[in-house]
Amino acid sequence: MSADIKRPDSAPEHCPGVGSDAAGKAAPCSGCPNQQICASGPKGPDPAIGLIKERLIDVKHKILVLSGKGGVGKSTVTALLSRALAHGKNDRNVAVLDADICGPSQPKVLGVADEQVHQSGSGWSPVSVDDNLSLMSIGFLLSSPDDAVIWRGPKKNGMIRQFLSEVDWGSLDYLLVDTPPGTSDEHLSAATYLSQAGVTGAIIVTTPQEVALLDVRKEIDFCRKVNVRILGVIENMSIFVCPCCERMSEIFPATTGGARQMCKEMDVPYLGNLPLDPKLARLCDEGRDIITEMPSSLVVQALNGIVKDLIDLCEKKD
Amino acid sequence: MLENVKHVILILSGKGGVGKSTVSTQLALTLKERGFKVGLLDIDLCGPSIPYLLQLEGKDVHQADSGWVPVYTDEDQKLAVMSIGFLLNDRNSAVVWRGPKKTAMVKQFLTDVLWGDLDYLIIDTPPGTSDEHITVMENLKTVKCDGAVIVTTPQAVAIEDVRKEITFCKKTGIPVLGIIENMSGFVCPHCSECTNIFSTGGGESLAQLANVTFLGVLPIDTKVGQLLGKACVTEYPDSPAAKGYSEIVEKIIERCQ
Repeated sequence: MSADIKRPDSAPEHCPGVGSDAAGKAAPCSGCPNQQICASGPKGPDPAIGLIKERLIDVKHKILVLSGKGGVGKSTVTALLSRALAHGKNDRNVAVLDADICGPSQPKVLGVADEQVHQSGSGWSPVSVDDNLSLMSIGFLLSSPDDAVIWRGPKKNGMIRQFLSEVDWGSLDYLLVDTPPGTSDEHLSAATYLSQAGVTGAIIVTTPQEVALLDVRKEIDFCRKVNVRILGVIENMSIFVCPCCERMSEIFPATTGGARQMCKEMDVPYLGNLPLDPKLARLCDEGRDIITEMPSSLVVQALNGIVKDLIDLCEKKD
Repeated sequence: MLENVKHVILILSGKGGVGKSTVSTQLALTLKERGFKVGLLDIDLCGPSIPYLLQLEGKDVHQADSGWVPVYTDEDQKLAVMSIGFLLNDRNSAVVWRGPKKTAMVKQFLTDVLWGDLDYLIIDTPPGTSDEHITVMENLKTVKCDGAVIVTTPQAVAIEDVRKEITFCKKTGIPVLGIIENMSGFVCPHCSECTNIFSTGGGESLAQLANVTFLGVLPIDTKVGQLLGKACVTEYPDSPAAKGYSEIVEKIIERCQ
């Protein structure tokens, strides 16, 4: 049973609550089938939260990349942002944590799919993509690309806890956490485990069509519920430029005004948009670096603007 | 509750945003057009899209003595729909639940909904291979599940996750009815040049690799995304997407028999 359920519906009438000191010991507990679990279970917040705070003490900015919707480009945007941050300054250290346990894409998008994680005295060493860019993902721990991670929530939580507490991140300027779609275990865990270490904020990725925005609004609601600041919304796949006639079309039409309108309605900052570029999709499939390979493309230009704003947002208070 | 349901089909994909919900709705609508009685169950609890795609937002589920009455799209009651979207007060509010709670909800959807007599029950799932999927699989053990239809987009990043979903099906013993490749090409409305935005052929080669049936290709068509409750096969009968859906439905019916 997860810790956020304070008092189960099926509990005896005067249940003291599973988190309380009297759990399992109070008079109404006798006869309750869960008495033993309550009496022996750990009390108070997860000790890992403190551990993670220690471990991430040298990480200046921790950013979650979220989206309620799948396939909007969270992983691509995370990879682009991390590369742009790393290219911007040679002494800026950047790392990516891929918290998508069931569908890890970062090893492929960052072009390190065949690498392995090494274990050292100080923990797992993340895989380095560039001199100042490293990555940790469950993808490195699977023996074959066909391997499915068929895990329920608690096991996924354990993995994320391990990624945060046992990876030797070293001293970092930016840690970007790429998440799976939804508002469930992985997201709650990341937010809870990082609660003491301090999350700088969340970047929300969306595409322009209403069916995606519908889920993204839920993600904004989630951030508000768990008290994570929203750094801004990035609209991905906004327009498509035909490589043949160079005219623009909307593949995912913004029938309700797109991300910009949603940001206005929900009062969150809008960071910018990225166009849909078939070349970008191909480079991602091959794990190549778009910033050095297509520096003059619309995507990279838009990206540079977003990254500049993002750095301002994060470092202003320093 | 599923005794009178003849065929149960799961729509799966390891990857998000490949069009599971769009494909589920269009398959349900196409089957309905063919005269079947169809049910559509949305078990994506954190991001239910079916109510919007069928323009049923704001509809309520009613509680009868023996269970929940699903929402019907029309008066003939040919298409029954159930989704957590109908149970939320506000379309913006998030369902922030961990696994055990999601499991209980999915179980309830499978056991407490009064589907009545159905020819096909289509189950739309969230991305991944976790709580919702394990629960559905466990609860369908007692019912005859015809199999899973796997949806993918052609690019390598999606294929990689979809391979995991096929492994999931194999490990859990769900037969794979076949793979659909969605968003295969985009025809520029200005110059009619077809661009393979997310490349092409990935679904078919995956089907060969994994030794499962390839059901067909669906192009990117902005019109399909905006149909909202109407069947592509009746609205745009001559479009490549409509042809794709007809062929796919044909193959699915054949494989279920």
